[in-house]
This record gives sequence, C-alpha cells and structure tokens, in this order.
Amino acid sequence: MIKCGVVVFPGSNCDHDAYHVSKHVMDFETVFLWHKDEDLKGCDFIIIPGGFSYGDYLRCGAIASFSPIMKSIKKFANDGGLVLGICNGFQILLESGLLTGSLLRNKNLKFICKFVDIRVENTDTPFTNSCTKKVLRIPIAHHDGCYFIDKDGLRKLEENGQVLFRYSSSRGEVDREFNPNGSLNNIAGITNKEGNVLGMMPHPERASETVLGSFDGKMIFKSVLNFLEKKIKE
Amino acid sequence: MIAKVYVNFKKTILDPQGRTIRKTLESLGYKDVLEVRQGKVFTLKFKDNLPKEKVEEMVKKLGKDVLSNPVIEDFEYEVVE
Repeated sequence: MIKCGVVVFPGSNCDHDAYHVSKHVMDFETVFLWHKDEDLKGCDFIIIPGGFSYGDYLRCGAIASFSPIMKSIKKFANDGGLVLGICNGFQILLESGLLTGSLLRNKNLKFICKFVDIRVENTDTPFTNSCTKKVLRIPIAHHDGCYFIDKDGLRKLEENGQVLFRYSSSRGEVDREFNPNGSLNNIAGITNKEGNVLGMMPHPERASETVLGSFDGKMIFKSVLNFLEKKIKE
Repeated sequence: MIAKVYVNFKKTILDPQGRTIRKTLESLGYKDVLEVRQGKVFTLKFKDNLPKEKVEEMVKKLGKDVLSNPVIEDFEYEVVE
C-alpha cells in the first residue's frame, strides 16, 4: 500500500483537503507530518499542501523552507522520492531550492480564485502518466503565483522539459489571454530536472471528486499511484 | 550594535505594487515621480560588544541566505551604530 505524508505547517490550510483525497479518494495510507519533526514515517510520497505557512511572513514559503521537516524532505527528494508542492507548497519548494525560480505577486495584484485550464506538457512523468486528457480543469487560489526565473534558467527549464503544466484555453491553446497571473511562458507547474519533485499553483486536491465540479486533479494522484506501484513491482 | 538590511526587487523584476503607488502619487499631483520600487527594511539589533567585522560578516550571510531571495531580490546593508 502506498503511504503518503501530508506536511503541516502553522498556517497550512489545504492540509485536510490533501489528506482527504489521499486517504478517502485514493485509498493511500495517509499521515500528517508536523513541520517540527524530521521523521518522514516511511512515506513513499510527500505532499506539501497549500495555505499561508507562517502567515507568508518574510516571503511566501520562506520561513517554512527552514523548518526541520524540510531537511528530511530535501534528502528524500535528492534520493528520488516523490514530492508534490501545491500552491504555498510550490512556494516552499522554490524557497528551499528543490525547484528553481520564484513566485511573485500576481501581475494584476489581485487574489485570484477560479477554475483554470492547464495543458499537460508531458505525460511521461511520475505525476502525469495517467492523464488521459491533454487539458485539465483545476482551480487556482493565490495572490503570489506569477512564476519568474531569469532567462538562462527559463531556457534550461524549457530545454529539459521541466515545464509540466501551462495555463491554456480549454482546447489547449497557450496564449497571454489565458494567463491569469502573469507567469512567464504561462507556467503553472514545473518539476526538478530529475522529474521527482513537482510544484504547481493549481489545486488538484480541490478537483478530485465529481461533486466538486471536476475530477481532473485525481489524474495526478492516479499517476503517482501508477508510478509507485510499478516501482514497487520492480 | 544595530544593522539595517534593505531588500529590494532586482531592477529586471516588475514591481506592480510600486507601479500602483506611483500612479496614486501621480493622481495626487506628484507628477515628477518617475518610478516607485517597494522594498523592505530589516533592523537587526545585536548583542553588545561584538566586533563590527563579525556583525558585518553575519549580516552579509543572513542577508543572502534568509532575508532576501537572490532569484528576485538584491540587498544592501549598513551597520549603523
């Protein structure tokens, strides 16, 4: 059975949503991981959930990136473990150096909470191998989601195929008019070079059940399940 | 001893908050203001009797590692007293 750990920081507020999807929708064995602990309790998959860790003090995700649990998560990720950072979790992954770039205040300065379409750029990854749709409909809810990286960094991301999701139309057209927050190249989610760490602004855990209007997000969790099951068989 | 650390977005980064402030200033009649960049100031109070060099060394390190994000921000500092 897959064991999933959901990290809890003071100010996390999507931790229970992530726990719910992991445990009750995906049927993973699921535990919360407190930020002050260093023990990952034998988890195969770590979710850093959304919210406002430490009230977004200093910079979004900055204080959380210095917490004891992040030391263990860095080691886990460097050993190939699967880590998914959602929204504030994405910000934490960037601040901790597990992913490159940064997230700035939305270009229009507004907190944006709505469903968006994101195009899946690569289905040969641990997080997207079960995406049967080219475009996923998943909500965003953030104030600081404008992805930025310097030119050289952007070139590397694109060359290595690390951009996993882009804001698009429902038909998959990527254009400025479908970019909600001003992100470079319409970037909604990126992985590290090795592909085992994903950060994304949209919230797949809020779109994993029909009752919530979309279950496209579940494809991401299914992909993780598929990847880990294959890995266990090997 | 007190040190001040000033953190600002790099010149290449768009600062929409600063831009909005500039527009407001313009609407208030301050038409000579060409640009506003919004940053942060940290005031750090250190234990007494530390050598200034040691304080400077610490401020440089924590400015880079903690108080600023080098991807998007630059920082300057001064040891004021």
